[in-house]
Amino acid sequence: MTTSAETVSKKFNIDTVENAAKTPDTELPWAELGLKQNEFDEVVKVLGRRPTGAELAMYSVMWSEHCSYKSSKNHLRQFGEKVTEEMKKDMLVGIGENAGVTNLGDGWAVTFKIESHNSPSFVEPYQGAATGIGGIVRDIISMGARPVAVMDPLRFGAIDHPDTARVMHGAVAGIGGYGNSLGLPNIGGEMVFDSVYQGNPLVNALAVGVMRHEDIRLANASGKGNKVVLFGARTGGDGIGGASVLASESFDDTKPSKRPAVQVGDPFAEKVLIECCLELFKGSLVEGIQDLGAAGISCATSELASNGDGGMQVELTSVLLRDPTLTPGEILMSESQERMMAVVTPENVAAFEAVMDKWAVEYSWLGEVTDSGRLIITWEGEVIVDVDPRTVAHDGPVYDRPFARPSWQDSVQADTFTGSVQDAGRPSTSGELAAAVTELIASPNMCSKAWITKQYDRYVGGNTAMAFPDDAGVIRVDEETGLGVALATDANGRYTFLDPYHGAQLALAEAYRNVATSGAVPMAVSDCLNFGSPEDPDVMWQLAEAIRGLSDACMELGVPVTGGNVSLYNQTGTVPIHPSPVVAVLGKLDDVARRTPSGWKEDGQAIYLLGTTAAELDGSEWSNLRGHLGGLPPKVDLALERQLGEILINASRDGMIDAAHDLSEGGLAAALVESSLRYGVGARIALGELMERDGVDLFTALFSESQARAIVSVPRSEEIRFKDMCTARGFAHLRIGVVDAAGGKLEINGVDELSLDALNEAHEATLPKYFG
Amino acid sequence: MTELPLIGGAPVAVEPQLSGAKIGVVTFPGTLDDRDAARAVRLAGGTAVALWHADTHLADVDAVIIPGGFSYGDYLRAGAISRFAPLMSRIIDAANSDAKLPVLGICNGFQILTESHLLPGSMIKNDHLKFLCRDQVLRVENNNTFWTSDYEAGEEITVPLKNQDGQYIADDKTLDALEAEGRVVFRYVGWNPNGSRRDIAGISNAAGNVVGLMPHPEHAVEPGFGPESNAGTDGLGFFTSVLNKIVGGAQ
Repeated sequence: MTTSAETVSKKFNIDTVENAAKTPDTELPWAELGLKQNEFDEVVKVLGRRPTGAELAMYSVMWSEHCSYKSSKNHLRQFGEKVTEEMKKDMLVGIGENAGVTNLGDGWAVTFKIESHNSPSFVEPYQGAATGIGGIVRDIISMGARPVAVMDPLRFGAIDHPDTARVMHGAVAGIGGYGNSLGLPNIGGEMVFDSVYQGNPLVNALAVGVMRHEDIRLANASGKGNKVVLFGARTGGDGIGGASVLASESFDDTKPSKRPAVQVGDPFAEKVLIECCLELFKGSLVEGIQDLGAAGISCATSELASNGDGGMQVELTSVLLRDPTLTPGEILMSESQERMMAVVTPENVAAFEAVMDKWAVEYSWLGEVTDSGRLIITWEGEVIVDVDPRTVAHDGPVYDRPFARPSWQDSVQADTFTGSVQDAGRPSTSGELAAAVTELIASPNMCSKAWITKQYDRYVGGNTAMAFPDDAGVIRVDEETGLGVALATDANGRYTFLDPYHGAQLALAEAYRNVATSGAVPMAVSDCLNFGSPEDPDVMWQLAEAIRGLSDACMELGVPVTGGNVSLYNQTGTVPIHPSPVVAVLGKLDDVARRTPSGWKEDGQAIYLLGTTAAELDGSEWSNLRGHLGGLPPKVDLALERQLGEILINASRDGMIDAAHDLSEGGLAAALVESSLRYGVGARIALGELMERDGVDLFTALFSESQARAIVSVPRSEEIRFKDMCTARGFAHLRIGVVDAAGGKLEINGVDELSLDALNEAHEATLPKYFG
Repeated sequence: MTELPLIGGAPVAVEPQLSGAKIGVVTFPGTLDDRDAARAVRLAGGTAVALWHADTHLADVDAVIIPGGFSYGDYLRAGAISRFAPLMSRIIDAANSDAKLPVLGICNGFQILTESHLLPGSMIKNDHLKFLCRDQVLRVENNNTFWTSDYEAGEEITVPLKNQDGQYIADDKTLDALEAEGRVVFRYVGWNPNGSRRDIAGISNAAGNVVGLMPHPEHAVEPGFGPESNAGTDGLGFFTSVLNKIVGGAQ
């Protein structure tokens, strides 16, 4: 027992490095912190002694799956290896930094990244989703950029499950509550309902930022004697162990609950932090900067130090606390939001403090950069951490997890929709087909997402040229020239379940197509790989195949992956989610005035279908509606996707088309309805020639999900030029109808008349019906 | 061939003498639409001047816009903290003085004006309890204010609406007085998006120099970046109105 005097002078029994060396046999709670035996042994080997409590905290969070990518690293390498000169041309910063940076020309650069905040969003949907936005936005600021927009791909459980409304309401309100308060327009995303996501909803968040080339900042601590400062919100007890335990383990009823470990966000603090950081960048007042996200100070100090050229010394009692009872280990692990760490030269200290004072942001000087090669953290002067920062940040364990094609994969692929029990009574009469179209566009995954999107500010900033429900979000970057970027995110868990290699490629193909449909030239990719447990060889195979497929496809389409995130352990018990690689593609528009919207307006314009249609119903939304999942996903043809993209981009640039909409989930039926409802302008469609050319029946023509297709509306005066361009490129194109502004209906030969009012009502009613 | 770019191409008529007029745009911590308001001023032909909440002088501006956002995170109550900023005291004095400084409060700016008692009433949470972003039709009920003279009386305009605390409330006596004095400047048309009393979207003070409204005219000033109806530039009239007023001299 310690004496009372000692207890008062030291709030805690501090486990110093000296003490650790002297007491090698002290029991440490490494298993509770998520480390495996072999990992703990490795820590002991690296240090040559047992870790102190504080060191154990650091290693446990930094070596967690979430922070170390230990199960995926060996596979992710392909994104860096399968890169051509063409792909490197515009990449200013690649994978490994907080976010990749792509050259836009005219001295402009753009940075974007997509990340997951899945587990916290199931536990506490509002805060989980809100802090997901907060975290990704700080990644963008860390690169020196002004964030300009966000997007949010969402996947929830079954629409009629009682718990889905809880997650949906919370996540949407959280994304809105946080993003709206930051002044960042929300320009798109996805919404999918599937019971596989019931206990593991996917809440991914994307942010995009822009900067001048000279403003690019990197996370490193260089220059002996430079000062290390922590600024923004105070450090509290929230999110302790979030990365190590929440995001790195499956939810399981048999283990003690670790669920309260969700961070709490304060968007006001983040907004002030954004402006304050931009002012620091403008004045060139920071040498290196790093946001505090998963693993908090552990991550920021070890990454800054190991990316720099020396070491770092930090006094932990200088950290401003929200909760004075926190132990050193807890301070190191806390994931309190809205914090940044920076390295500042001694000459700039006063100017730095002036910016902090102007924005009323709290800061504390923690220590300085050294040339020792060590990260040393003290507590009231006593050394509690003495490590090589690389061993914490970069040299974590890497696993070659065993993987194998699941034994059930063959039988799943053999079970095609056509001819299945679920396919009985396939619609064929004009009445049945009309009912089928209406059922499709009212279905949970195909219905209007307005219930969600009207809760997001899409106007703020005044640079939103396009947003949902168009194919891509478009943001103006340069007000003088109209230079801008387009962004789309896509994934199809059902396709990827049927064939992970091609499913991942289809996600990229769709996002690429969406960006090209808007008229933008695709330039870069960010991916958020949401999968189940890597310790299950079936899931590991899905992950390995998806990464292999995606990296191959990136090379073929000539678009590099510049960053992203892996989210594993998305499973409940032994049941994983569908493998869900969410792919974001960023494209460039020389002038956003030329962007192509997804709906037609002008009466009499010709409607063309680009691409050909095969009988591809496996994994489709129609088969989903009938409760079937089997067979093989639609065929991938990336050369064809690239050709289609070029046609859409050229047609947009040369004013040959006024509207374009990609064909994906729901096929031609969904696209025709969406393009008609966009501005409430109908069309007359005849598919006889298409059916004859492609050898498909009317149902297949409408509901097949064949890839590399789009519909466009062409002004009469442009028809010859447009057809000549398609012919010259040898790309299949067919006039399937005409825009009909007066009729108020979508007329498809062989399908009973569909009034736009009725379609609109069916399309809009679904989400309000379930979510109020 | 489509000759005009699809967006961004519509010409904006600017009278050269307007550019001399200076309109201050106030930034508080948490203000979001300050750049948008400044852009609207420029597109209308004026010169935008950035004002900081902690400033103690008005930098000789001819008018002031308090833009939207979540100043101080809406903590305590929307606008409740911002109202005490040093600059607000100057604005309140100048608005109430004989010089009748024109002041426009948009969204959070409107909330700050009611907290400052430059305008009566208050805003509470929308009746449906959600944040709502939509293109909203408004009727200009009074075109005799400093900020609405370029509109026709009764004209219907479409501008974005985006807020969570947009339900305008006041006691019946105040509402009756506002109606009687013609100080209801804008009303929601078609659908009341937040439960505001008597469909009120915006009001003015008795002199007509101070106007506040929840919808966002500064987001409807450039074709292609605002609402899809009427070229999306229905909001420009706010800014040309005040510039013409300033250049034409006090009435």
